[in-house]
Amino acid sequence: MKIKPRYLVCALIVSGAIQAQVAGWKSLGEDGLHDPENPAIELLQQPGEALSQLPPDTVGNKVLWNIAIREQYIQPRTNIYPETMIEVIDMDIIMDKTGEMPLVLFPHRPHTEWLDCSNCHDKIFIKKVDANPISMFTILSGEHCGQCHGAVAFPLTECNRCHSVPRSTFTGESGVQGKQD
Amino acid sequence: MRSLIEILKHIGRHRLPILLPGLMATGLSTGVSAEYADVVLNRLSEQNDVRPVIFPHWFHRIRFRCKVCHDELGFEMRAGANDITMGKIIDGKYCGLCHNNEIAWGVDNCNLCHSGKPGLKTGIRGSNQTGGPGRW
Repeated sequence: MKIKPRYLVCALIVSGAIQAQVAGWKSLGEDGLHDPENPAIELLQQPGEALSQLPPDTVGNKVLWNIAIREQYIQPRTNIYPETMIEVIDMDIIMDKTGEMPLVLFPHRPHTEWLDCSNCHDKIFIKKVDANPISMFTILSGEHCGQCHGAVAFPLTECNRCHSVPRSTFTGESGVQGKQD
Repeated sequence: MRSLIEILKHIGRHRLPILLPGLMATGLSTGVSAEYADVVLNRLSEQNDVRPVIFPHWFHRIRFRCKVCHDELGFEMRAGANDITMGKIIDGKYCGLCHNNEIAWGVDNCNLCHSGKPGLKTGIRGSNQTGGPGRW
C-alpha cells in the first residue's frame, strides 16, 4: 500500500492535535515511567511545578524554550570547563527545495544558544548550502533535523515553525541571508 | 442516503491510509504519559538488580544548555548509545561530572536516578507525537 506524503502529514497533524488536548503535566507517580513504589519519588521535582512557570506552548514540554532563555526565565549554564568556547551565531539560511510547502528558514541563533557548532557540524550537516540530503523522510526517521526535533526539540507536527517563509512573497535568494564576513 | 455500511466501506477503501498512521501514533501515547524527551536507561540497570534510570531532559535543560552534556561531557545524542557505567560515573565521567554531591546529588542516592518501573526498555519517551519510524 502506497501512502501519499500529504496523507501522512494529515495523519501526523491529527495525532498531534489529539495529543495537544491532553494538556498539563502528569505527576511523576502517574507518568507510566516512574515507579510509584519508589520511596524517593517524593524528593524529585514535579514537571508541572517547574514548567508551569515558563512561557507556555501547546506541544512538547508545553514550554517555549527559546523565549524562556531569551527573556531570562531560565539561565541554563553554558559550560562546566572554563576553557570551553561559547559561540552564538546570528545567521539565517533559507532552504527552497521544499516542494509546495513554504520555504524553510533555519535560524542559527536559537540553535547556537543551546548547542555547540560541533553538535551538528560536520557530524549531521556539512557547512555548505544545498549539500545535505535533508528530506522529511530522513527527518521523520530521526536523522538530520529529526535527531532533535521530534525527540527533544519541538515536534514534527509544527510544520510552520520551520516552513515559515511563504513562497509567494519571498523575492530574495535561498541560502545564507544577509551580509556575512 | 448512503447506508452506514457504505460509509464504512468508503472509509476502509479511501480513508484508512489517512487514519491508520494517526491512530497508531495515538495508540503509542496511551498508557505512558512521560514528559517530552524523558529517557529510559536500562541497558545494565535491571541486570544488576536496580530500577531503570529515568533521565528527564526538561529538568536538566532548565539548568544546563544542551552543549554541556552533548559536547563537554560527550553524551551521544541517541538514547542507549552511551556506554555509561557506575564505575565511570564515580570517576567523574558522564553523569558523574555533576552528580558528585557538589553540583548535584551523589551516587549514594541510588533511588533518585534509578526511579523507573521494572521492565522498561531503553529509549526516549513522551516524544511520539509524530509516531514516525524514528530511531529515537
